[in-house]
Amino acid sequence: MMELVFGDQYSKWQVDTCKVPAACGLSGIISRDGKVLGGNVIIESMRVIHDRGNGLGGGFAGYGIYPEHRDHYALHIMFEGAEGRSACEGMLESELEIEAAEEINTRSVPAIQEAPELRRYFAVPRREKLARESIEPDDFMVRLVMSINTTVPGTFVFSSGKNMGVFKAVGFAEDVGEFFRLEEYNGYTWIGHGRFPTNTPGWWGGAHPFNILDWSVVHNGEISSYGINKRYLEMFGYECTLLTDTEVMAYLFDLLVRKHRLPLEVACSVLAAPFWKDIDSEADPERKALEQALRMTYSSALVNGPFAVIVGYSRGMVGLNDRIKLRPLVAAYKDDYLYVSSEESAIRQICPRPDRVWAPKAGQPVIGELKGDV
Amino acid sequence: MSKAATGREEELKSVTVDATGVYYRELNHRVRELVDEGYREIILDGVNGQRYIGDGLVDDVTIIINGVAGNDLGAFMDGPTVIVNDNAQDGVANTMNSGKIVVRGHAGDVLGYGMRGGKVFVTGDVGYRVGIHMKSYKEQVPVIVAGGRAGDFFGEYMAGGVMVLLGLGEEPPLTGDYLGTGMHGGNIFLRGPVFEDQLGKEVRQFPLDEEDRCFLEGLLEEFAADAGMDLSGVKTDEFSKLSPFSHRPYGNMYCY
Repeated sequence: MMELVFGDQYSKWQVDTCKVPAACGLSGIISRDGKVLGGNVIIESMRVIHDRGNGLGGGFAGYGIYPEHRDHYALHIMFEGAEGRSACEGMLESELEIEAAEEINTRSVPAIQEAPELRRYFAVPRREKLARESIEPDDFMVRLVMSINTTVPGTFVFSSGKNMGVFKAVGFAEDVGEFFRLEEYNGYTWIGHGRFPTNTPGWWGGAHPFNILDWSVVHNGEISSYGINKRYLEMFGYECTLLTDTEVMAYLFDLLVRKHRLPLEVACSVLAAPFWKDIDSEADPERKALEQALRMTYSSALVNGPFAVIVGYSRGMVGLNDRIKLRPLVAAYKDDYLYVSSEESAIRQICPRPDRVWAPKAGQPVIGELKGDV
Repeated sequence: MSKAATGREEELKSVTVDATGVYYRELNHRVRELVDEGYREIILDGVNGQRYIGDGLVDDVTIIINGVAGNDLGAFMDGPTVIVNDNAQDGVANTMNSGKIVVRGHAGDVLGYGMRGGKVFVTGDVGYRVGIHMKSYKEQVPVIVAGGRAGDFFGEYMAGGVMVLLGLGEEPPLTGDYLGTGMHGGNIFLRGPVFEDQLGKEVRQFPLDEEDRCFLEGLLEEFAADAGMDLSGVKTDEFSKLSPFSHRPYGNMYCY
């Protein structure tokens, strides 16, 4: 069970919700050649699976969308009030060299109400700050994001990677896409989410994707290991502030792949670990030893409960299911494109005749990576 | 609408509906209107993921779906024939009572959940948890046949009916783990060998008898005709038969 404590800071963004059955909708697309697509493509895909969400959260992440600022961290921040903004900007000013700061362009959409102030900042850590502590820029940024999200009232950094951005709100995915003028951005990877929250509040920060640095996660399901995962991540300085289980998934990828340098496939086998019965019957002794070591070392990073996730990162996109496939996931190839979605129809809407469509096996990641540089 | 309203000599009343971008509620409402107007063949073009098609219909009609059929296709259906000229998503034939669904493609997870009669033929693969909680009663015997393979939990808690996997062009094992776990009625026929470590502890392999062979031959013929496939290479002696060895696996549960 999640422990939910609502400070006053959440009151305005929170939408009243009753307990309803779960069925979030996911969709993702990557061009492995790095060809860019307008955000309208992922909106069209998500529109087909409208009924998997209930209007209490929708969102997208696009990669390759800020080529003009590709070397700067793009911070997307939501502010509930002027007080939070001024405190946050004070912190940004003292910690970062800010290249540009602007409002995130939105258009008025009747279905999207009570929007917080939405701004973005392109910035890098101040050199003297990094030198003083001899800290890596990525680690510095994670710490700053955690610090803002835990200490500044009514302020949440919801996107912090380079040349990518998360756009999310309370509403149906297609309305959220319209609101954020997604068609004006071009990316080589897009992931989308329509939310149907069950155990946690529908509020702006709780919409998917969840992001830290490079990693964005959209999720359908319920992470019953949330408590264990959260406490494990806290040991490494990650603070779960967004009141939703999925958040741990983004931090786990950052920890396992960026910090611990596990290959992506190995990180996936930590999250959706093979059952002991399958490890016991593994014929290859080297593989068996690896699987045993991973389960023992990373027992607290095992993600339990039903899940289908799509993870975006600058080099690619991953679709992954829990070990007994308690949530749907379909994948397709067409030329250099990989598609992953909760329903085949969401893929066929934007790719009527794929070369191959299949249902990935439980616990087996489907990975699409860029072939070259973009 | 009574079945007697359409005489046998009357020409088949057919209609085509463009379902492109039509919301599922509107589409299913339209299908019911057309059935009430006496149409006996309803062709739906441009379907892409609309849910609940054919659900609860009790009439002697044929629905032809051109496109990807959405979730819960034919749920609670009692009589109609549904032909899908593409793939189908999750929950096909949920608690279906009678009629037939033919999918000329693959189908998703939880196909035939709680199914209690009628037939589902899928030319390709089927997903996880297919035929779970299927049951039969007297002449009501649900049947699922798939031309490809299936995921884990095939026939979990199965209480009756028949499931067949042909594994055309596939190597065994044709299913994932937990095959027939908790099964206490019905039969599963898999083409090729079955591996003991896949089996739930309530099922065992049994030799096919003459009745099984005869039943399979008739079924394969019907499947081949509906699927438009040549199954002359498929022999009934290639199949393994799985059945529960107890009809009351939990009979002693509360006794000690």
